[in-house]
Amino acid sequence: MAKVLLEMKNITKTFPGVKALDNVNLKVEEGEIHALVGENGAGKSTLMNVLSGIYPYGTYEGDIVYNGEICKFNKIKDSEEKGIVIIHQELALVPEMSIGENMFLGNEQGKKNAIDWDKTYAEADKYLKMVGLAESSKVLVKEIGTGKQQLVEIAKALAKQAKLLILDEPTSSLNETDSRALLDLMLEFKKQGMTMIIITHKLNEVAYVADKITVVRDGSTIETLDKHTTEISEDRIIQGMVGRELTNRFPKREGVKIGDINMEVDNWTVYHPLYPERKVVDNVSINVRKGEVVGIYGLMGAGRTELAMSIFGQSYGTGITGTLKLNGKEITLKTPKDAIKNKLAYVTEDRKGNGLVLSNPIKINTTLANLDSISNHKVIDKDKEYQVAEEYRQKLRTKCPSVEQNVGNLSGGNQQKVLLAKWMFTEPDVLILDEPTRGIDVGAKYEIYCIINDLVAAGKSVIMISSELPEVLGMSDRIYIMNAAKIVGELQAEDASQEIIMANILKSGKGE
Amino acid sequence: MEKMKITDSLKKYTMIIALVLVVAFFYWSTEGKILYAQNINNLISQNAYVFVLATGMLLCILTGGNIDLSVGSVVCFVGGIGALIMDKKMSPWLAVIVMLIVGLLVGMFQGFWIAYIKVPPFIATLAGMYAFRGLSNVVLQGYAVSVSDTTFLNVFGGGADCYVPNFFGGETLNITCLAAGILITAFYILLTIRNRIRKKTKGYATQPFAGELIKTVLISAAIVWLFYKLSNYKGIPSALIWIALVLLVYAYITSKTTIGRYLYAVGGNEKATRLSGVNTKKVYFFAYANMGLLAGLAGILTIARAASAQPTYGQGYEMDAIAACFIGGASAYGGVGSVVGMVVGATLMGVINQGMSIMGIEANYQKVVKGIVLLVAIIFDVMSKKEKK
Repeated sequence: MAKVLLEMKNITKTFPGVKALDNVNLKVEEGEIHALVGENGAGKSTLMNVLSGIYPYGTYEGDIVYNGEICKFNKIKDSEEKGIVIIHQELALVPEMSIGENMFLGNEQGKKNAIDWDKTYAEADKYLKMVGLAESSKVLVKEIGTGKQQLVEIAKALAKQAKLLILDEPTSSLNETDSRALLDLMLEFKKQGMTMIIITHKLNEVAYVADKITVVRDGSTIETLDKHTTEISEDRIIQGMVGRELTNRFPKREGVKIGDINMEVDNWTVYHPLYPERKVVDNVSINVRKGEVVGIYGLMGAGRTELAMSIFGQSYGTGITGTLKLNGKEITLKTPKDAIKNKLAYVTEDRKGNGLVLSNPIKINTTLANLDSISNHKVIDKDKEYQVAEEYRQKLRTKCPSVEQNVGNLSGGNQQKVLLAKWMFTEPDVLILDEPTRGIDVGAKYEIYCIINDLVAAGKSVIMISSELPEVLGMSDRIYIMNAAKIVGELQAEDASQEIIMANILKSGKGE
Repeated sequence: MEKMKITDSLKKYTMIIALVLVVAFFYWSTEGKILYAQNINNLISQNAYVFVLATGMLLCILTGGNIDLSVGSVVCFVGGIGALIMDKKMSPWLAVIVMLIVGLLVGMFQGFWIAYIKVPPFIATLAGMYAFRGLSNVVLQGYAVSVSDTTFLNVFGGGADCYVPNFFGGETLNITCLAAGILITAFYILLTIRNRIRKKTKGYATQPFAGELIKTVLISAAIVWLFYKLSNYKGIPSALIWIALVLLVYAYITSKTTIGRYLYAVGGNEKATRLSGVNTKKVYFFAYANMGLLAGLAGILTIARAASAQPTYGQGYEMDAIAACFIGGASAYGGVGSVVGMVVGATLMGVINQGMSIMGIEANYQKVVKGIVLLVAIIFDVMSKKEKK
């Protein structure tokens, strides 16, 4: 039995209104690669934030035992001093700085007011060699690809004398070859005695590198599987990840007739706006009928949002090709304004960043996308505005003192309702809902589902993008599965199950 | 709950309370001189350009804390052109129209780079600040050009006779002025009552009765008092009419029109606004083109007030306008601010200037005090936002 390096005991972390972690236990032995798997929002990242001191000691319950002693981290620096280093999903590098500068940012070599640049670059080169990068550390970060940037992140972590390396979705932005190289590098580190925790959605990677697997679901640890004692198949992991029962979490939709095709997208291809050689949507063809809820399931980074936004008046991406037909008529939408005029609505996944003006009241947010309808020669009829906002507040049962309330003061669920109201007020025929229930509680979710049912009952079409499997299964008439920029499967709701969908994704991931 | 409401409304009216306190302080320290009719008259005439420029600046700031550094130079440039036209004995009205058009063109020029080419506003207008200062010198060839057209001076607030004519006579009291004040007050009260009745009949939320009553009474009293003071001197200064016109028009634009709404929305969340189908580039362009137009008007008021144009005019005007907006509660991040707040901010700065001048404080120390006031106002803004989080 190897020595236990890290033990997290009964960790409970509550946010206002939500229990993000509930009595979580995690045990990591020295020299192993431990995988943490679970759906989006299951609590994996929260757990790692507790470990690294982003949520300081005292804001959670339970103990972190590292190297035999109880740790009380107050900030990231504290955990890093002990050798616990996290590499976050989003790369945290400054593009305009050199590799060396980036690696020692906040950890500068030499004296405080006299940085020793020779030492910096020499050290940097040493660690770069360890991760197998041939580049000089004087090269600017923006000049190397994302795969190499990820390696720089790892080199940066090594430079902090990491003993326990935590990698949060390290391959999410990498292609197949780069991912494989990274995983091999992890195995190499393991041989040298490094302990690692990897958080990932890609189960084939888990099977490839992990010694042990802990499954997190709904803020609790479900089980820990040991590769050396039990046979671990992907099916076995999926079972752990999605093993909850579906009860009445979704309102029934009855008697809604599905009609003609309302919107059709064919051979849709989109390139990344900053890296125009990277395909983010690859030859996608989808359609949605009147009165139909179509789910698009895929993990984060599969290209779902990019697909939706590029359809919605080309608000994302470059080099967009493909045809878009609304009501059988081919059409080009150049701006969001065109899209709105043609009865298309896109409800963003990022309600704070792309959806709402938080510093403005509910009524102003509700009418923003369709101001002309309540204005007379560009002069706003404030009475009408108030009526509209009030009408939607009642219709969607938004909880707020009044529609004069600033949106920034509302809870997530109510913000989501205001966002929905805003787009319902544009009177669209086709609504694309991107993660409509992200970060809101179960009750509010149910209400959002009811709104979706009302919309299709009124003959509208709804495309629901989601990375929550139960939601996709519970709400959709038809499901598209998206992975790595492509549609990899299409299922009728009655044929679909969690296992089939997961298997579809895994199959496509391996096929390349 | 009650307590929160009180602190909330205190916060809302902090700057007005600060203004009252500052006036009270100067009333005490200047033995009442600050409230002499003539001083109030001067306060308005001297600060006309601040009100006009700060209105334009407010629109720019709303779009995301963006400022226009070039306005001082543009005021000077436009003023120089106008003065030369009048110097050639051409119609003052022609001069006025040319000045406004030149101002607008300058604004559109800068707005184009900012909105469509995405040049950061700070840099685009810094370039304008240099270029138009230089052009002012070129236009005026380094000399002062005097403005002597009496119609122009009377209408735009310069010379000895720039007041609304007194139709009714009155030896010591300007009846016209007082009557105007009473009329405006009556109109304001009627409007408030009509609004309240309309809201009630349609079943909308109204402010608590007591609160609205107090507010209406205080504002009415302030208007009557102001006009009473002015009628004790020479009556309504013509500059006040221009200020009032600009403030009313822009209060309307910012609160009642779609473009006004978009200014706030862009400043609050540009991405969300663009995804709502708003052409955000147009919004930036509008803000800066409009700033140019108002700089043109400020140029007119400036050369009228000084009865001349000189290559050094307008220096630091941009800072006065920016300071007035921020002291008046506009957010340095955009999306928050109002014309009313800006008026309070500009008045506060004006009162502090004048009060210190009457007290005989040296100009350099006056600047120090102004700087401190600005800093304190922004600290307050930032702190009150932090509390919310």
